[in-house]
Amino acid sequence: MALTGVEIFKLLPKTNCKKCGHPTCLAFAMKLAQRQASLDACPDVSEEAKKLLGEASAPPVRPITLGTGDKAAKMGEETVLFRHEKKFVNPCIFAVEIKDSASDSEISAVVDGVLTSEMDRVGQKLRIDSIYISNDSNDAAKFEGVVKAVAAKAPAVPLILATTNTAAAEAALKAVGDKKPLLYGADESNAEAMAGLAKAHKASLGVKANGLEALASLTEKIKGLGVEDMVIDSGARSAKEILRDNTLIRRAAIKKNFKALGYPVITFAQRDDSMVELLVTATGVAKYSSIVVMKSVEKWKNLALFALRQNIYTDPQVPMQVEQKIYNIGEPSADSPLLITTNFSLTYFIVSGEVENSKVASRLAVMDCEGLSVLTGWAAGKFTASKIAQFIQDSGIEKEINHKELILPGYVAILSGSVEEKLPGWKVTVGPREANALPAFLKSRG
Amino acid sequence: MAFTAPTETYPGKVFEIAVGTDKTAAFGGENVLTFHSFEGTVPNRPVIAFEIQDIPPDDWPETVKKVYAAVSGDAVTWAKYCQNELNAKAIALRLLGTHPDRENRSPEDAAKIVKDVLAAINIPLIILGSNNADKDSLVLVAVAEAAKGRNCVIGKAQEANYKTIAAAAMAHNHKLIAMSELDINLSKQLNILITQMGFDKERLITDPMCSALGYGIEYTYSVMERIRLAALTQNDATMQPPLLGDVGMYVWKVKETQASEADLPLWGALEQRGIAWETTTSGALLLSGAELLIMRHPAAAKAIEKFIDELM
Ligand code: B12
Ligand code: SF4
Repeated sequence: MALTGVEIFKLLPKTNCKKCGHPTCLAFAMKLAQRQASLDACPDVSEEAKKLLGEASAPPVRPITLGTGDKAAKMGEETVLFRHEKKFVNPCIFAVEIKDSASDSEISAVVDGVLTSEMDRVGQKLRIDSIYISNDSNDAAKFEGVVKAVAAKAPAVPLILATTNTAAAEAALKAVGDKKPLLYGADESNAEAMAGLAKAHKASLGVKANGLEALASLTEKIKGLGVEDMVIDSGARSAKEILRDNTLIRRAAIKKNFKALGYPVITFAQRDDSMVELLVTATGVAKYSSIVVMKSVEKWKNLALFALRQNIYTDPQVPMQVEQKIYNIGEPSADSPLLITTNFSLTYFIVSGEVENSKVASRLAVMDCEGLSVLTGWAAGKFTASKIAQFIQDSGIEKEINHKELILPGYVAILSGSVEEKLPGWKVTVGPREANALPAFLKSRG
Repeated sequence: MAFTAPTETYPGKVFEIAVGTDKTAAFGGENVLTFHSFEGTVPNRPVIAFEIQDIPPDDWPETVKKVYAAVSGDAVTWAKYCQNELNAKAIALRLLGTHPDRENRSPEDAAKIVKDVLAAINIPLIILGSNNADKDSLVLVAVAEAAKGRNCVIGKAQEANYKTIAAAAMAHNHKLIAMSELDINLSKQLNILITQMGFDKERLITDPMCSALGYGIEYTYSVMERIRLAALTQNDATMQPPLLGDVGMYVWKVKETQASEADLPLWGALEQRGIAWETTTSGALLLSGAELLIMRHPAAAKAIEKFIDELM
C-alpha cells in the first residue's frame, strides 16, 4: 500500500534543512506521497528509512527498457488510468511476430517490413519498434539460427525471444544477450531456469500465467529468485479479456500500489483479419499495454496505429507544438506567397500538407501561440494583430521577398484591417477558412 | 501478497435508449465503464448506423463513394440497400441538400424524402440536418413531424438552435442529439438547457463532437471518458445520456483517406488505409464510451462489429 505524506514524514530526518529543495521535511514528504519527488533528493535519510520508503516510493509500474542504442524503447512508469489526468508516459511498443518455422523468404520479408516502417508524423519518428521471434519449431538450433539471422539483418531492432524451452532460450541469449532483449518466457513450469538465464544475461523476463492471481504469485517467486525486470502476461487473448485484465492490472498497480502486478504488460493481438488485429492493437494502445505483438505490419495499418499511439500519448495539458519560424514549402522564390498560421502542430501539419498539395512553392510563417489552434489562439489573445505584426517584423522576412503581402487564415478575417495598420506598407489578404481550400486558392492566384 | 481484483462499482448508470418501432435498436444502459462487464452490467451492444444522404455523395472519396455508386442517386434506394444488403441495424440520413450552399432544399421537400425513406425501411432512422444552425431549425421541425410515430433520432440540436428542434422532437416523441464543441462543460450546459424546456433527459443523446484519428481524436476521446466518469462516479444525470460518435464525415475528409499510394508510398494501400482510418477512429471512440456510431464504409462497420463481438 502507498504511504501517506504523514507516514513518510515520520521516517525523514525532521531537521528541515532544505537540502532537498523543499522548505520542510513535511513538504518534501507530501511531494513524495504524490510521486512528484524522488527520495534521492534528501542526502540525510537513514538506510532504514530508505529501505522502508524505497518500496513505497518506487514508480507503481516498473520502468524497463527493451533493446539498446537509438532504437531502445522504454516501458512502464505510468501513473494514471485516464489520459486527461496526466500524460501517459511510455508509448506502447509495436512488435511483429516471426515464427522460426517460417521460410527464409517469409522471415526476410517481415524484417524488411520492420526496417522500412519508419515515418515522420508531426515531427516525431515512428516505427514498428520490435521483432518478436517465436520458437514455433521447439527446436533450439533452429531458434538460434533464426534469431541470429534476424539480428544480423536488423542489428538495431530490439528483440523479444519467445520460447518456453530453456535450451532454446540459452542458445538465443548467447547470440543476442548483449542487446537487452526480452526473454518471454517464464511460466509455472520453468521459472527457476528462466530466471537464472535472464539474470545471467541481464535480459528482462516475460512472465506468463493463467489469470491475475497466478500471475501475481509467479512474479513474486521470480523476484525472490533475483529478477526484477519483468513484463507480464495474464493469458488474456480476446479483446474482452485484454480490456479486463489490463484494467485490473493498472488499477492494482496505481490505486493499490500492488507491487506484484506493477510491471509492463505484453499483449497478443495476432488475428487473421488484419482490420480486427488493428482494433485489438488499438485496445492495447488505449488501455494500458506496453507491448502489442501483431501478425502483420502492412504500411496502411502502421500509419493508423502510429497516429493513434501519438494521439493517445500526447500531453493533455500541453498541445504538441512546432518551432516558431518561417518554413519553406517547395522552393520558394522572392515572389512566392507568404502565409501565416499558429504553431499548434496539428494546424501546422494540416496547413503545410495542403500548401504542399497545391504544388505552389510558398512560405509559411508559423507563429508561437503556445500550441493553440487559429481560433483558440485568437480567442486566448495569442494570435492577435499586434503580435502578428511584431512577429513578421522581427522575422526579417521583408528583406527576402519582393512583395509585402501576407495571407491570413479565413477564420480570423476580422484581423485583416488591424494587421495592415500595424504593418505599414503591407497588404493583407484573407485566405480561405478551411485549409483544404488552399490548393485551389493558391493555384488561382497564378 | 494476496491479490484481490480491484473491481469498481458506481452509483450512476447510463440511460438506455431504444429507437425505431418495427425492428428496434437499443443502446446504453450500462452501470460501468464501456465493455466492463466483469464488474457490472452491459445490457446492450453499441449500435452502428449507416450514413446516407439526400443528395449524391459527390464529395466523398472514391474508396467509399464507389461502394454506393449504384444506389446513392436516390435516398430511398440507398437506405434499402443498407438495410437489405448490408444488414444495417440503423440508418442515419443526413439532409445535406437542405444547406443554403448546396441545393437549399426546402423543409417540405426534406420532409417528403424522410417519409419516403421511412416507408421503405423497418429499421430505426436517425435524421440529421445539414449543420447550418438556422436552416436546421426549420428543416428538423418539419421532418420531426413527418416522422411522427416512428421513434426516430433527430439531430443535431446545438446552443444556437436547440429550442425549436428540442420542442419538435418532444412534440413528436423522438429522441434528440445534443451537440456541443469538445468541452465537457458546454455539453453539460446544453443538456441542462434542453431538459429545462421539459425534454426528458432519458431521451437525449450526447454528441461531444467527433474528430478523426490524427486530427484531434484525443480531444473527443478524453471528453467522452470524462463525461462517462462523471455519469458513473458522480451520478450526474446531465452526463448520463448515451454518447454518439459521428465518425464518417470527419474521417472521410482527411488526407489519409484520399492521398494516393503513388504520391505517398510510405502510407501504403489507399483503399485499406481509408477503411482503417474509419475503423480505428470508431474503435477508439467505442473504447472511450461511444454507444452509437455513424459510419460510412461497410468494411469498417464489419470490422467494428467483429470487434464488438470480441468485447461483449
Ligand atoms: C480543441 C479546442 C480547444 C483546446 C485547445 C486545442 C489547441 N491546441 O488549440 C482547449 C480545450 C485548450 C481550448 C481552449 C479554449 N478555447 Co477552444 N476550441 C477547440 C476546438 C474544439 C477545436 C480547435 C482545433 O483544434 N481545431 C483544429 C485546428 C487544426 O484548426 P485551426 O487551427 O483553426 O486550422 C484550420 C483553419 O483555421 C485553417 N487554417 C489554419 N491556418 C491557416 C492559415 C491560412 C493562411 C489559411 C488560409 C487557413 C488556415 O486550416 C485548418 C483546417 O481547416 C474549437 C472548436 C472548433 N470546432 O473549431 C474551439 C474554439 C476554437 N475554442 C474557443 C474558445 C472560446 C476557447 C477558450 C477561450 C475558452 C473555452 N471555451 O474553452 C479557451 C482558450 C485557450 C486558452 N489557453 O486560454 C472558441 C473560439 C470562439 C471564437 N470564434 O472566438 C471555439 C471556436 C469553440 C466555440 N465555438 O466556442 N479550445
Ligand atoms: S533534505 Fe531531508 S532533512 Fe533536509 S529538509 Fe529535505 S527532507 Fe528534511
